[in-house]
Amino acid sequence: MAGTNKTPYREPRRGGRFGPYGGRFVAETLMHALDQLTTLYEALKDDDDFRRELDHDLASYVGRPTPLYLAERLTAELGGAKIYLKREDLNHTGAHKINNTVGQALLAKRMGKPRIIAETGAGQHGVATATVAARIGLECRVYMGSEDIARQSANVYRMKMLGAQVVPVESGSKTLKDAMNDAMRDWVTNVDTTHYIIGSVAGPHPYPMMVRDFQAVIGREARSQCLGLEGRLPDLLVACIGGGSNAMGLFYPFVDDEGVDMVGVEAAGLGLGTEQHAAPLNAGTPGVLHGQHTYLMQDQDGQIMQTHSISAGLDYPGVGPEHAYWKDIGRARYTAVTDDEALEAFRLLNRTEGILPALESSHAVAWVAREAPKMATADIVIVNLSGRGDKDINTVAELDGIGL
Amino acid sequence: MSRLAATLAARLAGGTRALTAFITAGDPGPEATVPALHALVRGGADIVELGVPFSDPEAEGPSIQRSSERALANGVTLASVLDMTREFRNGNDVTPVVLMGYLNSVMRMGYEAFACRAREAGVDGLIVVNLPPEEAAEAQASLARQDLDLIFLVAPTTSSERAARIAQRGSGFIYYVSLKGVTGARHLDTADVARNISALREVCSLPVQVGFGIRDAESARAVARVADGIVVGSMLVDVMGERRDDPASIPAALEKRVALLRDAIDTL
Ligand SMILES: Cc1ncc(COP(=O)(O)O)c(C=O)c1O
Repeated sequence: MAGTNKTPYREPRRGGRFGPYGGRFVAETLMHALDQLTTLYEALKDDDDFRRELDHDLASYVGRPTPLYLAERLTAELGGAKIYLKREDLNHTGAHKINNTVGQALLAKRMGKPRIIAETGAGQHGVATATVAARIGLECRVYMGSEDIARQSANVYRMKMLGAQVVPVESGSKTLKDAMNDAMRDWVTNVDTTHYIIGSVAGPHPYPMMVRDFQAVIGREARSQCLGLEGRLPDLLVACIGGGSNAMGLFYPFVDDEGVDMVGVEAAGLGLGTEQHAAPLNAGTPGVLHGQHTYLMQDQDGQIMQTHSISAGLDYPGVGPEHAYWKDIGRARYTAVTDDEALEAFRLLNRTEGILPALESSHAVAWVAREAPKMATADIVIVNLSGRGDKDINTVAELDGIGL
Repeated sequence: MSRLAATLAARLAGGTRALTAFITAGDPGPEATVPALHALVRGGADIVELGVPFSDPEAEGPSIQRSSERALANGVTLASVLDMTREFRNGNDVTPVVLMGYLNSVMRMGYEAFACRAREAGVDGLIVVNLPPEEAAEAQASLARQDLDLIFLVAPTTSSERAARIAQRGSGFIYYVSLKGVTGARHLDTADVARNISALREVCSLPVQVGFGIRDAESARAVARVADGIVVGSMLVDVMGERRDDPASIPAALEKRVALLRDAIDTL
C-alpha cells in the first residue's frame, strides 16, 4: 500500500521546532513557566486518568462528538464536490475554542494556579476561557483590544456574566495582537499564580503543540465519521486560519494520509493587493512575534503591520508555526478570501442550510463556494465550521443598514 | 579589551558601581536622541543604552510602550538608530553604547548585516529582550565575529543551574531583571534582589548589572549595594516624554536626574 514505508510525521522537534519555525522567543522571566508547563503536559498527555477526565469533560460538558453533517442543499447549489460540515459551532459556547480551554483548565488545576488569563479577538476564546474558569472556580482576566470590544459587544457581556474581568487594550492597533502583548505582560508579572491560556496554535513552545493536540479531537472525530459515512477518507479538508487552531485541529489527524489535501483560508480583507488584510502565509515573511518564529505581516524594518479583517478572530498578523512549516513543505495549501466573499458565504449558508456561521468560518465556506463547483461530484470535502455566527449579527446587520 | 568590558572593569577595580542609562531612540523626536545621550554621559552614566523602538514591546511597561509608539510615529527604524549611534560617536568614543530591543528588528535586517553595520556605527553590545540563549546561537555567532557583546538576562524565576548556563554563554555583563514584571514596574523588593544576586554570583563570573523598577536615589542605592551596576530606564524616558513639547529642556533635565543617581550610588 502506498505510503506505508513513510516515516510518520513527528513534530515538533527539540525546543518546539517545526522545521525552522516555532521555538521559544520570550523574556527570561517566562522560561521557567514554559518549562514547567511543557514538563507537566508531556507527563499528562498520555496519562490514562488525565485522558479520561478530558474525554469526560468533552463529552458531558462541551457536547462532543460534534456531527459531521452532509450539506445537501449547499452541495446541490454549488453543483460539484460533496460537502460535509464539521459542526464545531454546536459545541458549548459556540466554537471550537472550548476544546482547548477545557484541556488547559485541567492543566491549570494540576499546577495549582488559581488565576487564568487569556487574550481574545472575536471574544470566542475569551468566552471559552471565562466559561471553564467559572466551572472550576478560577479567577479569570481576559485582554481584548478596544476595537474588538466595540465589534463583539455580545461576547464582552457574556464574559462579564461569567465573572471574568475584561480588560480593554488601547495600545497599537487595539486588536488581537495587542491583547496578546498585554496578556504576556500580565503573565510576566503574575507568573507564580497565573496560567496563560493562549487561544490558538501560536505563541512559544509548548503552546503550538499543546493547543494542536487539544484541538485534534476535531480531526480524529471527522476522520472516523467520514470512514463510517462514506467508507473512505475525504479528498479535501478546508478551514479558516486566524492563529490556525481550528485548521490544525482538523488537519493534524490526517497528516499521514497522503491522499487527503488540505486548504487553509486566510482573511484577504479588502484584498491581498491592499495592505488591508490578515494573510501572513499568503503575503507575509518570516519573523519573530509573541514567542514564535513564523510568517508575519511586517514592514521593511520588521515592525508588525496593522491588519484588517471583517472577522475579529482572523485579524492577527501572525500564524501558528506549524502552518508556516506546512506551507514550506507543501503539506497544506494556504489561500485567502475577502471580506465580501466571506459575507456572501455567510448568507449562502444561512439560505441553503439554515446554519448561521461565524464570520471566521464563513471564510472557509467562501473558498468552498468558489472551488467546489470545479471539483468532481464524487469528491468529498470536509469544511470546518469552527463557530456559530450569533456574535456577528450586529456586524452584518450594520452592513445591511439595520440597527438592532 | 572591549569598551564595555574595560568600562565595567574600571568600575570594579575602583570599588564603585557602574551606571547604565536607557532612553528610547527617536523619542520625543529623532533629533533629541544624540544630545540626550551626551547629557546622560555628562550626568555620570558609564554606559548608555539605546532602545530600538518595536511595534510590539511585550516586556515594556506603559512608559517605554508610549515612547516606542512616539518614536515609530517619528519614522525611527533600526537603521536610523545606527545613524544616531554613529553621530554620538563623533563626539564620544569612550562611552559604551548598548542597543536594547526585540529580535524581529535585528532578524529583519539580517544578523550578519546588523553586526557589520552596528560595529561600523560604534555599537558595543546588544540586549534582546525576547532572545533566550537557547535561540541565540546564530545571532551570537554573527555578533561575535564583529566583537559585539550579546548580553543575556537572568530573572528572579531563573534556576541557578540555568543561570550558570546563561552566564557561560553570555558576554559583556549579565542583566539581572530585578522583579517579575515589565519595565517601570513599581514593586521592587530590594531584599529579594540582594538574596538572588548573591546566589547568582556563585555561578556567574561576569559583572552583574540590575535593572527594572529602579525609580529614585533610594532604590538605586539599595540595588547598587549588591550589584556591580544599575540600569535606569523608565524614569529617564518619563523625563523626556514629559518635556516633549519643550525638547530644548531635555538635556539639562536628564543630566540633573542622572547626576542624582550617580551621587546616590557613589555614596553607599
Ligand atoms: C469561530 C472562530 N473560528 C476561527 C477563529 C480563528 O482562530 P483559529 O485560526 O485559531 O482557529 C476564531 C477566533 O477567534 C473563531 O472565533
